[in-house]
Amino acid sequence: MRVPLSWLGEFVDLEPGTTPEAVHAALVSVGLEEEEIHRFELTGPIVVGQVLEFVGEVQTNGKTINWCQVRVAADGELAADGGPAIHGIVCGAHNFVVGDKVVVTLPGAVLPGPFPIAPRKTYGHVSDGMIASARELGLGDEHAGILVLGDLGLDPQIGADAISLLGLDDSAVEINVTPDRGYAFSIRGVAREYSHATGATFRDPALAVTATASTEVFPVSIEDAAPIRDRIGAGVFVTRVVRGVDPSRPSPAWLIARLKLAGIRSISLIVDITNYVMIELGQPIHGYDLDLLTGGLVVRRAQPGEKLVTLDDVTRTLNREDLLIADGSGPIGLAGVMGGATTEIGNGTTNVLIEAANFDPVSIARTARRHKLPSEASRRFERGVDPEVAAVAAARVVQLLVELAGGVADGLGSLHDATPERAPIDLPTGFVSGLIGLEYTRDEVRTSLAEIGASMTETATGLAVIAPSWRPDLTDKWTLAEEVARIVGYDRIPSVLPVAPPGRGLTRTQQLKRSVATVLAATGHTEVLAYPFVAEKANTLFGHPTSSTVPQIKVANPLDGEAPFMRTSMLPGLLQIAHRNLSRGSTDLAIFELGSVFRPVAGVSYGSTVVPQAAVRPSAELEAKLNAGIPPQPFTAGVVLLGNTLRHQPGQAPIAASWQDAVTAVRQIGLAVGLPILVRQGAHQAMHPGRTAELFVATDAGELSVGFAGELLPAVARGADLPAVVAVVELNLSAVFAQVTGELQATVIGTKPAATQDLSLVVDVTVPASGVLQAVREGSGALLESIELVDDYRGTGIETGRKSLTFALRFRAPDRTLTAAEASDAKLAGVQLAAARFGAALRE
Amino acid sequence: MSAPTEITEPVVTAAVDAALAAIAGADDSAALKAVRSAHVGEASPLAALNALMRSVPGDQKAAAGKLVGQARARVNQALGAREAAIVDAEATAQLAAETVDVTAAASTWRAGARHPLTLLQERVSDVFVGMGWEVAEGPELESEWFNFDALNFDEDHPARAMQDTFFIDPPEAHLVLRTHTSPVQLRALLAAEPPVYRIAPGRVYRTDELDATHTPVFHQIEGIAVDKGLTMAHLRGTLDHFVKALFGDEAKVRLRPNYFPFTEPSAELDLWHPTFKDGARWIEWGGCGMVNANVLRSAGIDPEVYSGFAFGVGVERALMFRNDVKDMHDMVEGDIRFSQQYGMTV
Repeated sequence: MRVPLSWLGEFVDLEPGTTPEAVHAALVSVGLEEEEIHRFELTGPIVVGQVLEFVGEVQTNGKTINWCQVRVAADGELAADGGPAIHGIVCGAHNFVVGDKVVVTLPGAVLPGPFPIAPRKTYGHVSDGMIASARELGLGDEHAGILVLGDLGLDPQIGADAISLLGLDDSAVEINVTPDRGYAFSIRGVAREYSHATGATFRDPALAVTATASTEVFPVSIEDAAPIRDRIGAGVFVTRVVRGVDPSRPSPAWLIARLKLAGIRSISLIVDITNYVMIELGQPIHGYDLDLLTGGLVVRRAQPGEKLVTLDDVTRTLNREDLLIADGSGPIGLAGVMGGATTEIGNGTTNVLIEAANFDPVSIARTARRHKLPSEASRRFERGVDPEVAAVAAARVVQLLVELAGGVADGLGSLHDATPERAPIDLPTGFVSGLIGLEYTRDEVRTSLAEIGASMTETATGLAVIAPSWRPDLTDKWTLAEEVARIVGYDRIPSVLPVAPPGRGLTRTQQLKRSVATVLAATGHTEVLAYPFVAEKANTLFGHPTSSTVPQIKVANPLDGEAPFMRTSMLPGLLQIAHRNLSRGSTDLAIFELGSVFRPVAGVSYGSTVVPQAAVRPSAELEAKLNAGIPPQPFTAGVVLLGNTLRHQPGQAPIAASWQDAVTAVRQIGLAVGLPILVRQGAHQAMHPGRTAELFVATDAGELSVGFAGELLPAVARGADLPAVVAVVELNLSAVFAQVTGELQATVIGTKPAATQDLSLVVDVTVPASGVLQAVREGSGALLESIELVDDYRGTGIETGRKSLTFALRFRAPDRTLTAAEASDAKLAGVQLAAARFGAALRE
Repeated sequence: MSAPTEITEPVVTAAVDAALAAIAGADDSAALKAVRSAHVGEASPLAALNALMRSVPGDQKAAAGKLVGQARARVNQALGAREAAIVDAEATAQLAAETVDVTAAASTWRAGARHPLTLLQERVSDVFVGMGWEVAEGPELESEWFNFDALNFDEDHPARAMQDTFFIDPPEAHLVLRTHTSPVQLRALLAAEPPVYRIAPGRVYRTDELDATHTPVFHQIEGIAVDKGLTMAHLRGTLDHFVKALFGDEAKVRLRPNYFPFTEPSAELDLWHPTFKDGARWIEWGGCGMVNANVLRSAGIDPEVYSGFAFGVGVERALMFRNDVKDMHDMVEGDIRFSQQYGMTV
């Protein structure tokens, strides 16, 4: 909403010299948000001149220019630029005659652009200024010729300041109107708010006009057969007729300037007047050419398939929910949204039917959305228009059509008003103070409510408050409390820190999430955040080890049509980020992200066609149903490594990132959460067939697969514009965290001397080292304190297809010093089990 | 040097002097070893003198023994002292030879880093946990009822259209990417009886194209408290404490009337700080207010018995004015150089 200050000043006292910035600040303090300030970006001297004579001169390019002598000051006086009273000016327009008064921008003036005016040599003359068009002044689009003041009905004194004459010295503040404050979409409403903010006297423009009853009935019938949400489409419908309007009359300059500042283009005097009244009072007005109407008006819902050509010449197929204005010829307008072309006010219109109605916000909002037709009218109706201002606004249009357009008010008209009486709101004594935490006096409460236009009566328990007709948002005692608090001022609310009951800190899961992030960062991984929007192909490739179809969630209105799916894996986003980093010169990367992936289960239909009622707690059953309709979104870790893990440094050859870094990252996460993550040889369609680990955690129901780690398939890496070796981890942390339960049971730390021994076992190359290690551990029994793999040897001395695994073992007894023989016996028991399980043989 | 044939003072003195001179002349362990062999070894004059003791007559044995014993003691002492000095010097030289350029140390591990947006959310959570609040979470892909209806966004209210929502296909399933962290309010209230004091950081979505100040995927921190007797003064007290904890003691909060469907009364939360990059000023940071009675009713809480306050602030925005991040692109593109500026703390 843009508010010209001169207009605002008509209804509320503005101190002389009040700046737009000061008005903004005042309005912000009562809850309107400031946007821009709008001005006619021009400075003088810009004066009224009179064309004394001109000579047409044909130029070599075929154009005729006029060399004009223009009087810009009284005889014997200096012009506003200090120059002579008569200026010679070159003008390319031809829409004027000798004697016309025009707008002259003198040297030193600056027009919007900025376009500075100076004496200029052109077409063989020195043009000492410029005769301006409406567009050059920023007053409109008219540029076919210069602005002839007589056309605007003006006959000002020569040399007079044209800036103030045309209202170009005005400025407007733009404010953002929150959805609950429809009334602030009017000068009337903003003036009232300004008065709340500053205490300046407010004069309600709705009280300045008297709506007289019509003497002859214009037939209007309201036939809403299908109210939306039980609300009749038109609660109020007022018509008035004005006859004999002079279609040749121009809109006055002040009106054009105000509309322009308010963001509305001047069209014709009649249309300008309807727009002017809408801005002033907030009541959208529709004007019909009375002579083009066929009989009376009907307000009804559209028939399915019915068509209407709207003012913008678009044929619209209507929906049964659309509220229509129809006459004997059929639909002639989309109520409250846009009029039809057939009964439009035109250049020849002399008899006008004015419609001022109050339409149901929901009906208008749906129609405007359905037809993608947000308009000045629909924006106001959606937020609620004062039902009591309709008749006043119609009368105001009549008044202006008579005053400015030479029309005659006719007795023909109608008034339909089915607005229900507003119910009183019970405001118990002390409620506002109790909610806000500030003791308001009885007087403060009453005065604040009176200021916003509410009426009230005392009751045994407090006040019965009737909200003003323009505040449909005031529905309960809480909304009234806000009014009192904001009128008295939010800055008066004290600061009191509440004491919460003792909390239990972060949950185990929340702590684990932090641990994982910390350990990954501490071990050299950099956290990044990727958008979770992914293409279907990438989702499928990474979302399942083998399948070519993966159930996934699609966004109905994606920003990027190439990536409309929610990620099933962390990796596609991380690979994109890796590529971005590479292209910016960071060639060694270890990045990670922790976040949600979206994993719908095949065959489950998610969501709920029934949305529970608002303001009522859903039944446990319904709540469970809602929750069951939300697809699983496990918290997941993704890691991507490429380039070097350690770069080339003094005394340090570079170490390339590989599958081992991926497995190491998994182990680190296991340490961070205190749960071993088991690594098994695995396979995945996006991964290197020989360098992929499947990850598991132990559960009561056996081992659960929780992700994979290793190197990407080189072709997949290339497809992502990355080097051939890219190591990755995808790990479902929600599944891991679910197994982290209870507290660790500590083992006794033995202090007797340890016995250390090495062990080399030969097995087939396909046997996993972790299996052999586990067998030795189990077989060696309680004396074995630790076992580590120290070597995997293949080659000379070992048969082809076999490998030698060397382990370092440490034995210890809790109560005595072990003998070498005891340690060897334990070790041999381990070897036996490894031999039984894997055919392991002691290396000779 | 010929072997001595008798034990006389001049002979002993000469042997000692020769030994001491040789010891003093030994520069390193090897030279000293040779000196030791030559002057106290089996073939040395002192060893020979020792051997002559057998032929010394009985009445002179004591005097000769003393003479030789003292000589050996002097030489051994000198040897010991010299050896200690040489070992010390050699150790010093060894250490000197091991000198490195410590400024050229090779890193044995990569530097990693956290993302400042997640760090900032943790930091804010910690402030509230310190006040006894608990951290609540909810799904990013949310039911429309939680995201809108239960929060008093009527399906036809303009506020709902203003949220620029990502809808999930098919729209009749009524699933959305949550447009704010506010649905977590509802989940917290459904899950526990009041008093409830919860902070909910998390990722949210709106259909804004990425530019310097907007991103379709961003983060909010939502706080909600529902208890008996909570007032807007408690809201202000909580916000005052929060901004001072996060931005320092000079930070201030201003409340301006505003409209949000889920609060009534509602306020815009402005933050003031004297040392932000572009100077002391008020910055719009978020929204807040008293929990709307209809929201409490959606959670089955009687608004005549309980009241509550809620607030929501943008994490990206906080990082922008707190750490002078000028462009949203830096936060969302994943350039490692951005996170690495912060290391492990924000």
